[in-house]
Amino acid sequence: MSALDLTPAAAPAPLQRRILRHALMETRLILRNSEQLLLALVIPLGLIAAGVLVGDRFGVAREPFVASVIALGLWSSGFTSPAITTAFERRYGVLERLVATPLRRADLLAGKATMIAALALGQAVVLVLAGLLLGWAPAPLLAQVLVTVAVVPLALVAFAGLALSLAGRASAELTLGLANLVYLLGAAGGLLVPVATFPAWARPLVGLLPTTALGETLRNLATGAFDPLPLLVVLVWAVAAVALARKVFRWIS
Amino acid sequence: MPAALTVADVRLSLGGRVVLDGLSLTAAPGEVTAVLGPNGAGKTTMIRCCTGLFTPDHGHIEVLGEAAGSPSANARIGLMPQAAGAWSGVKPAELLGYLASLYASPLRPADLIAALGIGSFANTPYRRLSGGQQQLVNLAGAIIGRPQLVFLDEPTAGLDPHARRQVWTLVGELRAAGVAVLLTTHAMDEAEQLADRVALLNAGRRVAAGTVAELTAEKGLEELFLELTTPGDTR
Repeated sequence: MSALDLTPAAAPAPLQRRILRHALMETRLILRNSEQLLLALVIPLGLIAAGVLVGDRFGVAREPFVASVIALGLWSSGFTSPAITTAFERRYGVLERLVATPLRRADLLAGKATMIAALALGQAVVLVLAGLLLGWAPAPLLAQVLVTVAVVPLALVAFAGLALSLAGRASAELTLGLANLVYLLGAAGGLLVPVATFPAWARPLVGLLPTTALGETLRNLATGAFDPLPLLVVLVWAVAAVALARKVFRWIS
Repeated sequence: MPAALTVADVRLSLGGRVVLDGLSLTAAPGEVTAVLGPNGAGKTTMIRCCTGLFTPDHGHIEVLGEAAGSPSANARIGLMPQAAGAWSGVKPAELLGYLASLYASPLRPADLIAALGIGSFANTPYRRLSGGQQQLVNLAGAIIGRPQLVFLDEPTAGLDPHARRQVWTLVGELRAAGVAVLLTTHAMDEAEQLADRVALLNAGRRVAAGTVAELTAEKGLEELFLELTTPGDTR
């Protein structure tokens, strides 16, 4: 006989604790994943260093480029990382297991959102500090700061909604491949490459991407420009992506 | 005493294939109900219906007096899934600590780790554990919240005889504590040893049910299984 008291006494922990503990669990696992760290920090830090130190030799303007790289980092935290981890959670039956606990589906999503927000915030702090230490000198307008404060969370919601839509339907292997491919497409589609550099016929299309909205917002912040239009773009994407995720997400693969 | 689980005339088709076809069974507190059936008989699908992952096309399921899948019911059950059920990089001690944190009055992870002999691999990433070690961690995760009803989906598959007996002892203790245990198994000796009641499934239907003594009055359980079921889908 074991000394365990197995008398039934199941009761849920308080809501905040459930969400916080789930967010902490996911954050720890992400921070332990070298591929995710590569996308979230190592690649952006390398790009910032290269852009600041030798970018002028290749005609790369320092201020918008560092802002673009920060946008790229947020893209990986908001889309690539949640897509891959969620797909493997489905594959390994983690979500199936968690259904039979006090962690409600809304708690799980709130925990994931907290994890993404915490990672994005930490990542932004590291990348901004690295840029500033290397001589990055953004010149933001107050109005654009306000736009940015609204655009960044909405962009993260849109990215996460798209991530869950992909991961909640496709196999883990397919999600892994597609998420990395989409990461590169997003980098080219408005994150690292400003919309103004695209051919005139492509600009309206590229300008409607959520990646472009985030990239342009941060570039405008760094260069002292003001443009509220991306706010509308990410708002529409956020609503649509969350609606899509709610419709297509499956808890088991 | 009311049943902890009532599955009544449940039908479910997935991808155009009938998986559950009018399935009915019950599980009572303080009893072990063994669900037997060939591969593809619908055992795991039935459990998924009970946790709300699938919604039956017909019939109803009541879990601890509430609709299957309701948050209140799911908070009071435990589930040991058939495969994996954990993040690949998580360590058993970490996983059990996390699961315990979701409950108000859970078992202490350290006590559970000691009782199930998990200590020697408590800090090894889940993906590096053997199948049997993963099973023990999954079992620990299923009972850490002190559930009223626990689903054990093939709990001893892949376990060596020592670990198997350890699990049998624990299942007996759960029953003695008043927990309703529903387990699926392919091991007839396990069902005979542990179960108060047995439900035999074939192609999504219950084809026999009763106590072990009732079912084995004329022939052995394995003989009955072979007689009443068709070869399963082993793909």
